[in-house]
Amino acid sequence: MLPITIIGGYLGAGKTTVVNHLLRNADGVRLAILVNEFGSLPIDADLIEAQDEDIISIAGGCVCCSYGNDLTLALMDLAKLDPAPDHVVLEASGVALPGAIAASVSLLQGYTLDGIIVLTDVETVMEQASDVYIGDTIERQLIDADLVVLNKTDLISDDELQGVSKWMRDKAPRAETICSRHGAVAPAILLQSFLSQDRGDLMLPAHDADVLKSQAFTIEEAVDVEKLAEGLASRDLGLLRAKGFVDPIVGVRCAIQVVGRRWSVEDASPDAPLGLVTIGRQSTFDETAILSLISESAL
Amino acid sequence: MITIYSAKKIITMNPARPVVSHVAVRGGRIVGAGSLEELKRWGDHNLDDRFADKVLMPGLVEGHAHTMEGTLWRHVYCGFFDRMDPDGKMWGGAKTKDAVLDRLKQADAAMADVDAPLPGWQLDPIYFDNERVSRADLDKVSTTRPIGVLHASGHIMNVNSKALELAGLLKHGINHPGVPLGSDGFPTGELKGPDIMTPVGIHVGFDRDMLACDERGLRDFGKLCVRAGVTTVTDLAARLKDEAADMMIKVTAEPNYPARVVPLRFFQGLTPQELIDHAASLKKKSTDRLRLGMIKIVADGSIQGFSARMRFPGYFNGAPNGLWYVPPEQLLETYELALKRGLHVHTHTNGDEATQLAIEMMEKALIKHPTPDHRYTLQHCQLADAAQFRRMAKLGMCVNLFANHHFYWGDEHYNLTVGPERAERMNACRTALANGLPMAIHSDAPITPLGPMFTAWCAVNRITASGRVQGEYEKISVDDALYAITLGAAYTLKLDGEVGSIEAGKHADFAVLEDDPTEIGGDKLKDVRVWGTVQAGRIFEAAALSA
Repeated sequence: MLPITIIGGYLGAGKTTVVNHLLRNADGVRLAILVNEFGSLPIDADLIEAQDEDIISIAGGCVCCSYGNDLTLALMDLAKLDPAPDHVVLEASGVALPGAIAASVSLLQGYTLDGIIVLTDVETVMEQASDVYIGDTIERQLIDADLVVLNKTDLISDDELQGVSKWMRDKAPRAETICSRHGAVAPAILLQSFLSQDRGDLMLPAHDADVLKSQAFTIEEAVDVEKLAEGLASRDLGLLRAKGFVDPIVGVRCAIQVVGRRWSVEDASPDAPLGLVTIGRQSTFDETAILSLISESAL
Repeated sequence: MITIYSAKKIITMNPARPVVSHVAVRGGRIVGAGSLEELKRWGDHNLDDRFADKVLMPGLVEGHAHTMEGTLWRHVYCGFFDRMDPDGKMWGGAKTKDAVLDRLKQADAAMADVDAPLPGWQLDPIYFDNERVSRADLDKVSTTRPIGVLHASGHIMNVNSKALELAGLLKHGINHPGVPLGSDGFPTGELKGPDIMTPVGIHVGFDRDMLACDERGLRDFGKLCVRAGVTTVTDLAARLKDEAADMMIKVTAEPNYPARVVPLRFFQGLTPQELIDHAASLKKKSTDRLRLGMIKIVADGSIQGFSARMRFPGYFNGAPNGLWYVPPEQLLETYELALKRGLHVHTHTNGDEATQLAIEMMEKALIKHPTPDHRYTLQHCQLADAAQFRRMAKLGMCVNLFANHHFYWGDEHYNLTVGPERAERMNACRTALANGLPMAIHSDAPITPLGPMFTAWCAVNRITASGRVQGEYEKISVDDALYAITLGAAYTLKLDGEVGSIEAGKHADFAVLEDDPTEIGGDKLKDVRVWGTVQAGRIFEAAALSA
């Protein structure tokens, strides 16, 4: 199954910056980026290996495709690429509803939804949400988000940022929020493919207001996988992301994915390394609670 | 050599000599329209009396259609209303769900390969009490081949179990607003919205790009034009990649291609700057019979699909507001760049909020780039009110109203989507004209059949499918309706100097009619029989078109 992350948000929220940041920091993960139009995605010329009307090949095995007027077809074509990409990132158009796209993606063979990330320009998002034309669109984008990136925090004061954060808890009730400047969000927070034990210590650049913490846990005993996954996604723990491999019974391995409140459990290869990696906020990271969740989930 | 045609009557649409007896043609252009005595003075000529018992009108202009109708006719016609195919065969309407299934069974029986897909089109269950065509119904036609039937609205498709199976959707646990589930927990086979129609549609025989038209489809579309008296027609949303544009140039240049085609470059998938650059490069490739370089933007969805953007008080059934297909900033940027570059833009707006946005962005763009005679046109613009029409007129805009929609879905709008008051002012032709707005009316073929005489009848009578007059006040006269399907539509394409009336200097484009639309009576306008057309002096008899 090909994991897909949907990146939504209105014009000017920084979607393109985030996507470019991901491409520049792909670090061996073969990304396939889907954008509405190439023209808005300035990829450094030295990264481009080849380009035709619908696809750009990028150094390191990444590709970028434009989907024009049929996103579904583009996704179906992408699933057939050989070699297959590791992860698909879909940059939704500024007025698209990421939740609706996610529902459609869920019907496509070969894809599994990794998460819905909605970017916002903290300086303008509240004003946009009261705009007579696009206000309801902004709210409908936020309501389905798993992660909301509060971007451009350098443009407002801390007090203003607190106001936006408070407002956001109301508008994006399912989401964890994370601050960033210039769209520089750690790939491991945005995409599960960057989050694994064998990638070593995670580099987590983020805005000062969001000092992040990543920690790995060893789980060798058999666990109630769904109980564990649901617990990791609970608001009480407030984790941004978690990913791991655990055994519900000896000899059967499952993958757990968590982004904000969204969690999933899928079959995994028996070779996948047992254990869990988590990302949360330094200020609220509760190692004890995670450890007790793990022991409560043990069978 | 000049050919002078006589006719029982020639309706010129030129107010200075509205009716004449003869028209003289040389090299595909009109030398003059008048009496034989007047035209003889041009010198050597042949007098051609073949139209002596016909009525000639300017070749009709369809300002909003899609050439894909030519391609759809290779699929099984499942519509409720009688409709003629490109080869002149009249397909009776399928009046019940069983009639639809019988028609599909006949098509199934005629196919040798039991696994081949069977696509149908133009289903509209609202005419049989909204009884849905389920997966189980279509399974009675075949369980071995995938079957899919596209609704007339273009927004919904019904498929059988085999089609769901091929698309990986014959399973439990589906959670999608566009995929209703039956009591057994499996999808019913109804698929709502393009995102979900596409992945199943390709298994049932629909083309990957549903907007696209292939070579044969474009030729078949030409035949439909002849049968409807149309000599100039738009293809209102085309991607026009190189190979598609080249194909259209080639096919329309064939000696017997009977129509002038005006394809508009669809905006999606390009930044405004890329769109403008592509349209400008296409414009240079234009030929007489393929007019390239115009642009189509879609601002919102459809009213019956509840995806149109509505102002207060919103949808009658309380559905949430619809969807934007373009951000306001992008609409504004496209208008600005296109005005600066001298390119012509048409914008689809259905809901009145989308219309309001287009008007406001247009005003901003015009203040920045004042442009005389831009004729930017709002297409459909179905819910515009008088204030919006007034403002559009002041801004130099045009409108192309969806008169046919009123007949086919007027009852649905009255009862469900917008309620009585606004249903009565939908496609408000009279208010548009009263406020000085240049106006066309359209079919949006294949959504409704290509046929400007029928479209004119709709605007004159405002009768819905159930037989009610809906919006008495917005009726227009026969003369106004005939103007809208000739010069009115030509004006929105900036072709009114070339076509749309029969007068010296214009292209020799005529609709050749058996009946006189100005005498038959407004209530019978749709019954005007079309013999064929003359396009740039070339004669096309509908009955003689080769299959």
